[in-house]
Amino acid sequence: MNETIALIFIVVGITFDLFGCIGLVRMPDIYNRLQASTKCVTLGTCGILFGVLIKFGFSAAGVKALLCIIFLLLTAPVSAHALARATHRSGVKLWDKSVCDKYKDDKDALS
Amino acid sequence: MPGASWGFKKMYSKVVTFFVSFLIWTLLCFSLDWQHILIGGLVSSVVALMMGDMFTDYPKKWFHPRRYGWFIYYILVFAWECFKSNIDVASRVLHPRLPINPGIVKVKTCLKTETGLTFLANFITLTPGTLSVDVDPENGYLYIHWIDVKAQGLEEASKIIISKFEKISKEVFE
Repeated sequence: MNETIALIFIVVGITFDLFGCIGLVRMPDIYNRLQASTKCVTLGTCGILFGVLIKFGFSAAGVKALLCIIFLLLTAPVSAHALARATHRSGVKLWDKSVCDKYKDDKDALS
Repeated sequence: MPGASWGFKKMYSKVVTFFVSFLIWTLLCFSLDWQHILIGGLVSSVVALMMGDMFTDYPKKWFHPRRYGWFIYYILVFAWECFKSNIDVASRVLHPRLPINPGIVKVKTCLKTETGLTFLANFITLTPGTLSVDVDPENGYLYIHWIDVKAQGLEEASKIIISKFEKISKEVFE
């Protein structure tokens, strides 16, 4: 029974990882690509690790998987945040059909 | 005496750092062998002595049980929102016409501490269709890339994106 549930989690995780990769190819600009890759890949990888936790229970391997989930959830958004900020600061434009860019407006107002 | 209270606070924060790093070490080793505990204690003491002041600004917050209760609620809300956001983004990615309507909006938050702002920004990044780009801690503004812009104004956007998480983050981290 545990094996089946663990396998379901791992398969769902791999599927979300795949969606993240498809999003990386299909999205038009870097900010949307970051959205797709951060969200889907974070949940996908967490799903795989959670499956490992269910399979091994609270043993040495399972607890390491749990710690990996925690560190992944703490660090993945931070790296996405740093990438987005650095990209915007180095002057990469948003997609043509974007609705608004309040960040650029505020920076222009300051300078 | 400001000097004495400052030293006390520093010692507190070193103790907190020691216990957190020792706990993580024990979980990673996952054995209660005396050799592991000895090495873990030594390494955690060195880390606490060197980095103790950087880890936490307000060490007394670690001793409030109410915060832990709110933290569990935070994790549950977080997991649910994270799941919803993944369904949302995956459906957009797989949709043949790619239904996105992106833009960067500005929202206002009332959180002040660095920890609170960090966790709010992380929460925003992992919830439906939003990604924090930059933060202006002096005025409490966050710039957020939104994959499907529903409102451009400051108040409306703040209400839609952060009003719910802000309250929980405030209870846990401020």
